[in-house]
Amino acid sequence: MMPMKLTGPAADATADPVTGRKRQAAMAGRWKSRMAGMAALIGAGVLTGCINVNAPDKPIVIELNINIRQEVIYRLAEDAADTIEENADIF
Amino acid sequence: MTFSVRKMMLAAAAGAAVAGAFAAPAMAQRDPAYAAAREAGRVGERVDGYLGIVGQATPELQRLVDDINIKRRAVYARKAQANNATIEEYALTAGCQAIARTVPGEKYQAPDGTWMTRTSAPPVRDPRCP
Repeated sequence: MMPMKLTGPAADATADPVTGRKRQAAMAGRWKSRMAGMAALIGAGVLTGCINVNAPDKPIVIELNINIRQEVIYRLAEDAADTIEENADIF
Repeated sequence: MTFSVRKMMLAAAAGAAVAGAFAAPAMAQRDPAYAAAREAGRVGERVDGYLGIVGQATPELQRLVDDINIKRRAVYARKAQANNATIEEYALTAGCQAIARTVPGEKYQAPDGTWMTRTSAPPVRDPRCP
């Protein structure tokens, strides 16, 4: 009974396994960040090698009405035609 | 006495009807300055349902175009609300129709933004136009 009681606290008192684990984790973290940095460098190298960006020779036209759907235009068409006839002075 | 009064009232009513008949078409016709600018190709129908100046703008031409576009926008706003649409949707639809109604010699805007002169051939319109 008594030796069992003593070995229990003795094992708890030594915090070596805990610190050891901590040190391992820190080392793994540093290694990971180094690998990430290398991967980023390789990635940048691949990107600069492959992508060519050319300036467009024509001006970029932004179509503001692009979101208007054809079905909406079809629904309004008849009414719009009547509107033009009713307001012939401004059309 | 009562007869002559009734006669006068009848004459007045007839006169008002005649005046109304003459006033209505006059209201519906284009302003002479606008009609002339249209015919001369100085203004054209834009894709978005409004009137645009083709070429050099002058202050009086700008005023004429602004005046018509303000009136058009008011009509579009009212009609869009009645049809549960946005002003832009209604205006674009009206633009489709207005471009289709141009007569040869008048200017209209193609979907790419360039000004075109209407010929007897159908105009170049937005592919969504009915």
